[in-house]
Amino acid sequence: MTKVLMKGNEVIAEAALRAGCRAFFGYPITPQNEIPEYFAREMPLRNGTFIQAESEIAAMNMVMGASASGARAMTSTSGPGYCLKLEALAAMTLTRLPAVVVVVMRNGPAFGTMNAAQEDYRMNGNGGYKVVTFAPSTIQEAADMTFEAFDIADQYRNPVVILADGMIGQMMGSVDFDKLPAKREHLPEKTWALHGRGQRNGKSEFLFIAEGKNHYQEKYDAETILYPEIKANETSVEIVDVEDADIVMCAYGTAARMCVAAVEAIGSEVKLGLIRPRTLWPFPYETFGQIGDPCKAIICPEINIIGQMIDDVRIASAGRWPVHHVGDSATGPLTPDGIIEKVKEVWKEMKV
Amino acid sequence: MSVLYGKPESLNDVPFTFCPGCTHGLTLKLVASVIDEMDMGDDTISVGCVGCGGYMPWFMNVDTIFSLHGRAPANATGVKRMNPDKLVFTYQGDGDLASIGTAEIIHAAHRGEKFTTIFVNNTTYGMTGGQMAPTTLIGQKTTTSPYGRDAGLCGQPLHICELLSTIDGAKYIERVAVDSPVSVRKAKKAIRKAFECQMAGAGFSLIEILSTCPTNWGMSPLESLERIRTEMIPAYPLGVFKDWEEGDK
Repeated sequence: MTKVLMKGNEVIAEAALRAGCRAFFGYPITPQNEIPEYFAREMPLRNGTFIQAESEIAAMNMVMGASASGARAMTSTSGPGYCLKLEALAAMTLTRLPAVVVVVMRNGPAFGTMNAAQEDYRMNGNGGYKVVTFAPSTIQEAADMTFEAFDIADQYRNPVVILADGMIGQMMGSVDFDKLPAKREHLPEKTWALHGRGQRNGKSEFLFIAEGKNHYQEKYDAETILYPEIKANETSVEIVDVEDADIVMCAYGTAARMCVAAVEAIGSEVKLGLIRPRTLWPFPYETFGQIGDPCKAIICPEINIIGQMIDDVRIASAGRWPVHHVGDSATGPLTPDGIIEKVKEVWKEMKV
Repeated sequence: MSVLYGKPESLNDVPFTFCPGCTHGLTLKLVASVIDEMDMGDDTISVGCVGCGGYMPWFMNVDTIFSLHGRAPANATGVKRMNPDKLVFTYQGDGDLASIGTAEIIHAAHRGEKFTTIFVNNTTYGMTGGQMAPTTLIGQKTTTSPYGRDAGLCGQPLHICELLSTIDGAKYIERVAVDSPVSVRKAKKAIRKAFECQMAGAGFSLIEILSTCPTNWGMSPLESLERIRTEMIPAYPLGVFKDWEEGDK
């Protein structure tokens, strides 16, 4: 197959189908509607289940039930719906059920507007769980990450979140589905999947907390065994020219695309590097050790007012460089020009 | 020696931990007995809830998933759609189903989901210490209606069977009680009828069971059974509200 031109949301849905997702439960919310609409069209033709649920809460709990039954299950939403899904997402981390949750971010709080944003970086349910969180920056990457998300969810028995901004969901771009990552081998068999105790020679399964463990044991094992394993294996980041950069930018999703535009516009005036986390959790803290001596500052462009990921960037910087935010202003969202202006401002200060 | 009476195979060996006089244990035994009698133990998936009814999974010897407060019908929807040939039921109390879970139960019925809900109504939140539920009777004192439920402030008790029987996708709806041996036998038959409705693929089914909570009612077990007869049944009439085989009642 050659490249095709498709909308980001539809690419995510098609990649999920190619990953074997046969259970999708959704609820309408802009800017992700093309995802449930795609599944509504395709599931009846591809032997799958599509339900438009009564709410995001119900949709996520349906995902939980389908996942408990061994299916590759998925839902998608935007910020106002994501906070409703967190209830069951947290439960699925405790019960160790895989699934993929796509969040196509708009600005908030609450209703906000339909404008694309990066405002749900910190959104989490109760209990301190962690889930692999992908941040696609291109349409091809949206496909690749969605495909891989199902394997990762199954491998660790832990849900995976795709945190895309509204721009990624709504823009059209080229995608080649033949270039999806290879399917992982040796994924664990779902012997726990609920099909009746007859499937296990009469031994019934109770999906809540792993047999023989209490809450503390389960959470202790997650923090000391599961999460370190995920950090070691799944941290993903793109690094561009950080060894000799004067200023390093750190951004994800659409903000990272704007950084690329800024690099082109500024040319040789300032040497710019880029750290682009592909996974927001695990966050690529260690990558910052590759930043070279010339670097005098970090700039963290985000499509929000004062920055959210910037806190992780500060932790990663550990005081070695000043960390500057650039983002939305009182008049509108982050633009490439805004990044260029910020780079020039910081560069001027550095030279003084 | 032949065994004339024994524990159902679909219950495990964990002793019930319910309060003295609580009818949850009795109800779970009825559910497990019907599963055994239908020879469905190997092919059943139960969905738990939050509250005292949430203890169900600890006693059942069938595949089970523990579900969030009120969300069992959504969870069961996912389970049943992936397991269309299995027997799937939720086990929910009145705080769970009639309050926080009203959207989920109504829309499961609305879609005609082919699972069964066992709805245990004891007119209070048992596990959290006896707060008012939507099903609490007028004048009933609870920890959050200390002067008795006031209809002017809290509305009239919510009638789940009557409500759900207006929905086309609901195909078998019956309210029973477990206050006497006769009632218990009727309750068991009702559970069987609902499971048969499900396995026939007819649609959604629900059995409401008027039950006790002696601890939070501040009554003895016998007084609690008497309260079902004198206060609950007059407010929540027993009977079949919907029967897919006979049309609407």
